[in-house]
Amino acid sequence: MRDVAVIGLGITKFGELWDKSFRQLIAEAGSKAILDAGISGKEIDALYVGSMSAGRFIGQEHVGALVADCAGFSHTHIPAVRVESACASGGLAIRQGFLTVASGMNDIVVVGGVEKMTDVVGSEATNTLATAADQEWEAFFGATFPGLYAMIATRHMYEYGTTREHLAQVAVKNHANGALNPNAQFQREISIENVLNAIMVSYPLSILDCSPVSDGATAVILCAADKAKKYTDKPVKIIGSGQASDTLALHGRKDICTLEATVHAAKTAYKQANIQPKDIDVAEVHDCFTIAEILAIEDLGFVKKGEGGKAIDKKITTLDGEIPVNTSGGLKAKGHPVGATGVAQVAEIVLQLRGEADKRQVDGAKIGLTHNIGGSGASCIIHILEAM
Amino acid sequence: MSNVGIVSYGANIPRYRIKSSDIAIAWRKDPESIVNGLGIIEKSVPSLDQDVATISVEAARASLSRCDIDPQNIGAIYVGSESHPYAVKPTGTIVGEAIGATPNLMVADYEFACKAGTAAIQTCMALVISKMIKYGLAIGADTSQAAPGDALEYAASAGGAGFIIGEKNTIASINDTCSFTTDTPDFWRREGRKYPAHGGRFTGEPAYFKHITSCAKNLMERLDTKPDDYDYAIFHQPNGKFPVTVAKMLGFSYEQVKQGLLCPVIGNTYSGASMLGLASVLDVAKPGDRIFLTSYGSGAGSDSFDITVTNQIEKMPRDRAPSVAKMIEDKEYIDYATYAKFRDLLYWE
Repeated sequence: MRDVAVIGLGITKFGELWDKSFRQLIAEAGSKAILDAGISGKEIDALYVGSMSAGRFIGQEHVGALVADCAGFSHTHIPAVRVESACASGGLAIRQGFLTVASGMNDIVVVGGVEKMTDVVGSEATNTLATAADQEWEAFFGATFPGLYAMIATRHMYEYGTTREHLAQVAVKNHANGALNPNAQFQREISIENVLNAIMVSYPLSILDCSPVSDGATAVILCAADKAKKYTDKPVKIIGSGQASDTLALHGRKDICTLEATVHAAKTAYKQANIQPKDIDVAEVHDCFTIAEILAIEDLGFVKKGEGGKAIDKKITTLDGEIPVNTSGGLKAKGHPVGATGVAQVAEIVLQLRGEADKRQVDGAKIGLTHNIGGSGASCIIHILEAM
Repeated sequence: MSNVGIVSYGANIPRYRIKSSDIAIAWRKDPESIVNGLGIIEKSVPSLDQDVATISVEAARASLSRCDIDPQNIGAIYVGSESHPYAVKPTGTIVGEAIGATPNLMVADYEFACKAGTAAIQTCMALVISKMIKYGLAIGADTSQAAPGDALEYAASAGGAGFIIGEKNTIASINDTCSFTTDTPDFWRREGRKYPAHGGRFTGEPAYFKHITSCAKNLMERLDTKPDDYDYAIFHQPNGKFPVTVAKMLGFSYEQVKQGLLCPVIGNTYSGASMLGLASVLDVAKPGDRIFLTSYGSGAGSDSFDITVTNQIEKMPRDRAPSVAKMIEDKEYIDYATYAKFRDLLYWE
């Protein structure tokens, strides 16, 4: 396998983008990434795009070809692949692009992620997201993701003494980071009281413990590392890529307070990168709900199992903490256009490792990690990146 | 410029009320968060024998009682509503007959979601200015629908107001008006459907806020006025929060909107909402007061008006008809079961 580097990125604003369509969003992100990398269209060998459910959100399937077409690649006839792994679709698209460049099949690929979620009403968005749960054993009985993660949260509270205040701290931190990100859906700080007093969605998760429904797209350009310096002075190498799966339904797990998919994907990625969790300088983790970030920092090995809530309380993961987590604002504040999320996580880490994250820059960041979850933890994709 | 303006006005609000908290309890929602979230404490409910025709007739009669116009001199009646009792057969003819304005008059029913009433005012203004009629009667009234359990159920209420538009003895001059219209599907009710549908959060920023702010700014730009120039401001009020927010966005204060802000205590009277707000302001207005009004109708559009109260208002016997405040005070609470009966929510064979 050869080394692979990220040589360009493009991000749209995330949010309720009433005046931008699915194809406008991905075309905008893709063209920004191509301009950032300084490549020409003819140099692109293939295109990968993560999208969870364009069929239900906008009534459009055949998304790979659509994206190639609207991004102006129909005349170059390059392969265009749509990748789906629920909310981890973007992360998996990165991994697919990474594998084809690492294998030598392609030299330069564009990897995009996009979702247009606000064309449907809230209940339809919730139902569409719930298709990532087990339809026969969970969704059929009325379970939605807030309900499933609420069960995880209550068990974590019971087992480890995690409190609603601990959960709220995650949202407070991520909103503070989001306030520094001009592309974030929510660019305002919130207080613990705001979270605790917000409308309850599913105990113990209030609406401010939940990531929003969002529109948005992100794209990155992956390139064989030995050719990367031709395009940029600041290539960022992907030094580890891990993917793992678990039971689709929550009730099949040995312990619902541990996402085994995260543990296994992380093990693979750390081994490939030949690093330890303590070597990570900055991480973007999948905080679809506040409890999910607590699980993530535990399962990634940043803190011991059960210590996640207290670690957040101790400000270990804030921008100036020991290991800053979700500097972009995370899914909570930056927004969660599901197919775009995994790619946006990589884009944020690339900005951090290039030293271009502006007000949310982590000083001296050299190694970063992205953690993208599908469903309630049935799939997980992790990437570790390093400044070259 | 023409002397066109408001010659008289009248309002009607059904006396039954249901509290938002009682609706919330029926659906096992948290009453406090509903009341705080929407800014609606209670809403008016039409009785079994009240509809847009009765509300319109009451409002029309109230407007006639405050002036000495011969109903035969009313040359046009336009009734704006999205709950006309008949799909085919005008409400306006019932009103015309009831007040003795038939048969030599123009009549049509209007529909433009919540702004059909202000559209009726604009039509009457045009007919008066063009001398096609001496007086026109513009009415906005609704007994608005909401599906049981829908968020709209906390707001959809009943009420209406009528304005006689003319050029002589006007109590308020309408200095100018303009509209802002786009095809924006934020809220709709398909033919044959009992309840409307809506686009959730899409009804906010790209619909209500965009149209009201654009229309209001267009009119103030054209007239070279600013929010401080007005004593009162009225904005369409689908809930208690939106009109206050849009006022702030445009630079108006809460003090300016307070008098015309009725939604917290009577709900959203749809086509009647901004019209009742204007009636409430005219109940207390003094000569020289300047009023800014912007309605909003889903689908979508806004109508803005710049209005100046004249000396004539002091001569008007406003107490010949009940004030909006009096109708708000005169209320009787009902529970959700009675509400369900009044609003035809029950099913039996």
